[in-house]
Amino acid sequence: MCVGIYGLIAKRNAIRLLFSVEIIINAAIINFVAFARYHDTPLITGQTFSLFAIALAATEAAVGLAIIVQAFRLNNDIDVLELKKLRG
Amino acid sequence: MTDVVFLVVSLLTVFFAILALESRELVYGAVALSLSFLGVAGLFILLDSLYIAIFQVLVYIGSIAILIVFVIMLVRRDKWANVTSGNERILGIIAAVLLFSTMTYFSLSSSLTSQYPNPAAISDFYEIGSQLINDYWLILQLTGLALAVSIVGALTMAKFENR
Repeated sequence: MCVGIYGLIAKRNAIRLLFSVEIIINAAIINFVAFARYHDTPLITGQTFSLFAIALAATEAAVGLAIIVQAFRLNNDIDVLELKKLRG
Repeated sequence: MTDVVFLVVSLLTVFFAILALESRELVYGAVALSLSFLGVAGLFILLDSLYIAIFQVLVYIGSIAILIVFVIMLVRRDKWANVTSGNERILGIIAAVLLFSTMTYFSLSSSLTSQYPNPAAISDFYEIGSQLINDYWLILQLTGLALAVSIVGALTMAKFENR
């Protein structure tokens, strides 16, 4: 998770930002499953919740990649700080 | 035993996560990211949640990693569209035959017989399924809606340029 946050702050390439977000989501899901597993009475709810989390992460990745492709078409570059054209 | 496995798997996961962010070439980063996802799936198996591990491999390695590789190849089209090397056919055939013969030999000479699945894991699956349908059916529907909306959004964005 710390690796993901580091990447989110330090990198400017949009695809690497997406990598970082995926790593953070993965770490969060591991926490859900682990704490549900080591609860006093082991819960199944953690696994159910992480199913939803994984599905939503998949939608996020799909939309993010579409945005990246679109930004590349507009700009010929995927540097996030260069994306100032999007300012309203 | 489990502690050693846990240590190795988690160290590999963190190592590949760092490699995914720090490797010089973006495609190698994507491969490292999918290996890191595989490590996370191993952690889920160690946590006795086989279903999540299967789901992780299916969704992350099966779709997200492949999607990322596709986008990288789209974005860096000039670099990846014309690869000329790598045409050693005989070497590939030899490797495939060697792998097949060793695998056949070991699987025929091993004493494995057919096995029945672990009933505890099946009750786990049953419990997750009934909880999904009975308690969280509304969230399940909403997740489906979110997936559909994201697909439509991605398609519109991809079509945006051509109008």
